[in-house]
Amino acid sequence: MLLRGKSHKFGDDISTDHIAPGRLFHLRSNLPELAKHVLEDADPEFAKKVQPNDFVVGGKNFGLGSSREHAPTIIKLSGVSAVLAKSFARIFFRNAINVGLPVLICDTDKINAGDELEIDLSMGTIKNLTTGTKLTFSPLPDAMIRILNDGGLVAHIEKHGDFKLN
Amino acid sequence: MGMTLTEKIMASHSGKPTVQPGETINMRLDMVMANELSARLTFDILEQWNVEKVFDPDKVILIPDHFTPNKDILSAKITKVVREFAHRHKIKHYYEQGRAGIEHAVIAEKGLVFPGETLIGGDSHTCTSGALGAFATGVGSTDIAAALLTGEIWMRVPPTIKIEYQGKPGKYIYGKDLIIHTLSQLGTSFATYKAIEYGGDSLRYLAITDRLTMANMAIEAGGKNGIFEVDDVTIGYLKRTSRYLEKPQDIIKLRADKDADYENSFMLDISGLEPQVAFPFSPGNGHPISDAKDIKIDQVVIGTCTNGWFEDMKLAASVLKGRQIHPHVRVIVIPGSVAIQQRCIKEGLAEIFIDSGCVFSTSTCGPCIGGHMGVLGPDEVCVSTTNRNFVGRMGDKTSKSYLVNPAIAAASAIAGQIMHPDNL
Repeated sequence: MLLRGKSHKFGDDISTDHIAPGRLFHLRSNLPELAKHVLEDADPEFAKKVQPNDFVVGGKNFGLGSSREHAPTIIKLSGVSAVLAKSFARIFFRNAINVGLPVLICDTDKINAGDELEIDLSMGTIKNLTTGTKLTFSPLPDAMIRILNDGGLVAHIEKHGDFKLN
Repeated sequence: MGMTLTEKIMASHSGKPTVQPGETINMRLDMVMANELSARLTFDILEQWNVEKVFDPDKVILIPDHFTPNKDILSAKITKVVREFAHRHKIKHYYEQGRAGIEHAVIAEKGLVFPGETLIGGDSHTCTSGALGAFATGVGSTDIAAALLTGEIWMRVPPTIKIEYQGKPGKYIYGKDLIIHTLSQLGTSFATYKAIEYGGDSLRYLAITDRLTMANMAIEAGGKNGIFEVDDVTIGYLKRTSRYLEKPQDIIKLRADKDADYENSFMLDISGLEPQVAFPFSPGNGHPISDAKDIKIDQVVIGTCTNGWFEDMKLAASVLKGRQIHPHVRVIVIPGSVAIQQRCIKEGLAEIFIDSGCVFSTSTCGPCIGGHMGVLGPDEVCVSTTNRNFVGRMGDKTSKSYLVNPAIAAASAIAGQIMHPDNL
């Protein structure tokens, strides 16, 4: 699968409170509305700037904190096609796969805000079209690729009736 | 090769004699938990799958605790969906508002998971039950939905990191100080995707509730779980749980093998450690209290799932007794469970809280998530015994929270600034 879009840069330790803070949980039954506030506490302008297929590019330990699945869900709903970071917090990582949002571990220092990227999920390559450089990431484990290819765990179980991960 | 605590539990729940870190297993679940927020999303998914029956209604825990007592009409709608689901599916461990408390406290005091058992929960602090020798971890709503359908979850067996505490803790040093100190030394992602096994001689000076606080905050290190070996202290606690009182049973004295393989081991000497304060905006930003000079505060929160145990209430009350809260400060005391609240009333602690000027609240996650019952306004400063102080966590994004143990929280409430009880 080939993804192409613009980079939106964030720092280390972006928490689920940056992404979907508890104070906005009166919107929690209205995810498209909550998505208008996505990452608001890290960058108040992000929700307005983000275009379909863009990428969120973080630093270390992206998504630390709560198990709230709203966090990856509203990033996906905002049109973002993948999150790239140096590392991810584990619950966020798992939730992202389950909701069908690709999460890629790579050296994000090599990506600047606004860079145009082309990502090949199965090859594990990131072409930086702005700087002309190329990055690689370790492809996800097979079980996760199967879930992502089906469009998330819900779609996966609908399709197979059970886990079909091996 | 021997196995760590986490490996032993994972092996026994995947029908294997042994497991290795990195291996993917389907793990059988003894309990699956959700609060009203995670449950609401989960139920949408189950509906989409046309699930008519959960795998085992006796192994499901549903506790509305985040925005309860219902904060607003939306919260009322959400808890209504959870209540109706619980009744329709005859969920054994559904606990109505006012009859149990905060999920992690309720699971511990009712003994819903025992040593060697497995729990996943739609809440990141589900790892609290690791204090009692169980494998417990937080997941999202989709994983909960799949677990309610199948009674299983896929897991990668994590490598285990051992942390051993040596030395005798000084006055006013508790589990909270040990875990904040650990995070300040090792960072907030040293255990990402990994299991933490806590141990060491210092534990014998601490209560089981200190372990519960430390296991609760394993997720602040990124951990998949944080677990303690089972000893007489654990067994003593479990023998007072409702599960044991209803049906006395053998409790496994789960211990790691002597030749277990740890990815890494750390030894932390806590003798001479000062009470710890985690400055904004990370639980990993820990400092000795002597660094916290002239930090004026607006609010104090004592309690919740991190430090809402009876021992914590007693500790806070011992500092507050006979004193008055600073006129510029408001204090919210939140016992972890209704049983703890009741004990606070019976043993005179409730009176101390109210006499000194605190709000003595029912159990709820409330202010910890900036939800209700004490949300912070712009630029307000809070001292809290909760587990997180991220940007915007407890209210407005310009507000700040400092994380401490209950004695420091109580002393700060009286002083109007962050304060050691000895300096009052």
